[in-house]
Amino acid sequence: MLVLTRKKDESIIIGENIEIVITEIEEGKVKLGINAPRDINIYRKEIYEDIRTENKEAANNRDLDMDVIRKIFNR
Amino acid sequence: MNKWKEGVRVELNTKYFGKIEIEEERIITFPDGVPGFEDSKEFVIIENPEDDIPFNWLQSIDNPNLAFVIINPFVFKSDYDFEIPDLVVKKLKIVEQKDISVYTIVVVPEDIDKMTANLSGPVIINVNKRLGKQIILDDKRYHTKHLILEELKSKGQVK
Repeated sequence: MLVLTRKKDESIIIGENIEIVITEIEEGKVKLGINAPRDINIYRKEIYEDIRTENKEAANNRDLDMDVIRKIFNR
Repeated sequence: MNKWKEGVRVELNTKYFGKIEIEEERIITFPDGVPGFEDSKEFVIIENPEDDIPFNWLQSIDNPNLAFVIINPFVFKSDYDFEIPDLVVKKLKIVEQKDISVYTIVVVPEDIDKMTANLSGPVIINVNKRLGKQIILDDKRYHTKHLILEELKSKGQVK
């Protein structure tokens, strides 16, 4: 992994058109500003992991008990 | 990829419905799979025949044991709103809004009152091109476990 040291308000460029700016540094936390084309997906890694975990859980579902579901929905 | 001719019906082993027959044209390709099941790239939506019950199933074609219960999120969260990233619009070849169906994946625990829908990861389907993708929303309003029945009860839609 490439590791770079940056100060507040400094930035790095990735490729032609992605810029990551260090906007704030405080104890244990860094705030990043990201300039990137709209067709690049950006999200915190833990959100992707959350979705994976949730999908695994959903794949292990028992099936819907349709009798119970009918009671709930058919008023 | 087109193993079957148009209009041809194919047999499919399913998790909840045993062996069924579907029209080949109903198969939806997920070019990226879904998170956690990246290798599963073809699914079919098995619709619930009962109109007033909003649950359907997303069944994997290659893996009979992989099926998700899904729900149209707008049924219980009418103000659900998000933007589909340009990259996804391109990947799914979406041209206009009416190409799109949105579903969310449901977890059904033992206590059915506690079943939840994942609003952080809506499943977007281009119904015309039969292409799908689960997208990831980094939006504080939505999380992976929205209580479906609680939302419906608060609107008086269920008992």
